[in-house]
Amino acid sequence: MERKEIRVKDKENAGAKSELTYTGPVFLPAVDILEKDDAVILIADMPGVDSEGVDVHLNEKDLTISGQIKEEKFGNAYIHKEFQTGDYLRTFSLSKAIDGNRIEAIMKNGVLRIVLPKAETIKPRRIEVKAG
Amino acid sequence: MTIFRLRNPFYEQFRDFLEMNRVQDEVNRLYENFFGRRPITQKMNVFPAVNVSEDDDNLYVLAELPGVEPDDVDITAQEDSLILKGVRRIPAEGDDVSYHRREREDGSFNRKVTLPIHIVPQKVEAVTKNGLLKVTLPKADEVKSKKIEIKVQ
Repeated sequence: MERKEIRVKDKENAGAKSELTYTGPVFLPAVDILEKDDAVILIADMPGVDSEGVDVHLNEKDLTISGQIKEEKFGNAYIHKEFQTGDYLRTFSLSKAIDGNRIEAIMKNGVLRIVLPKAETIKPRRIEVKAG
Repeated sequence: MTIFRLRNPFYEQFRDFLEMNRVQDEVNRLYENFFGRRPITQKMNVFPAVNVSEDDDNLYVLAELPGVEPDDVDITAQEDSLILKGVRRIPAEGDDVSYHRREREDGSFNRKVTLPIHIVPQKVEAVTKNGLLKVTLPKADEVKSKKIEIKVQ
């Protein structure tokens, strides 16, 4: 099967969306958000971040994910630079009630996957239609 | 006492113009100082974006490939170039899902990076870690920097 070619995307600066107490670029990770019957799943690309560098924080309905990269020095001078490296930060406002105690997050190959189980009360119910 | 200053309107305009130039120069100078005379990043519009760095013995090519399995990347090194070819797969989530947001992209990539100096293709090594691909390319002997001794006569 022929696959389409991936386009290059510029990293978007998290910029004014949050105030930081340290300097350095902070980017918005690219995310997929999908919904299943029982959970909302959020997948974020954060290359350079390992599981220890990730922080997932749920405050009421605001979900904040942040990732700190492990700065590794390669060589002593850049001769060509196409992308910047920096930490990641993004906040989402969840529209559904989430069961905060059962949130699971996995970091693999620079991709963060968060499973946010829906609270019992808002799971879709199938409503039986009775014949009258 | 009142002081009247005579001003030449032409000179006034010209002075503003000079001031603009000066501001422009100042901004340029700041950028040069901060970023070493180059634009911050250069765009090639081919995925993946790469950074190339060096030390005395090696060139390093760094690319961000989050979610790409090492088995899905083919690296071909020649004396003066490097080809990064591969696929980024995003596994299907099943039939019962609906998407709120879809920013991540899957697909193939095939990127050739022309190297500024010769390297030893047989000794090229690559590792992936946390979604970063790091390729180490040892410099060919003839391009390694040599220390020149100064003889005393």
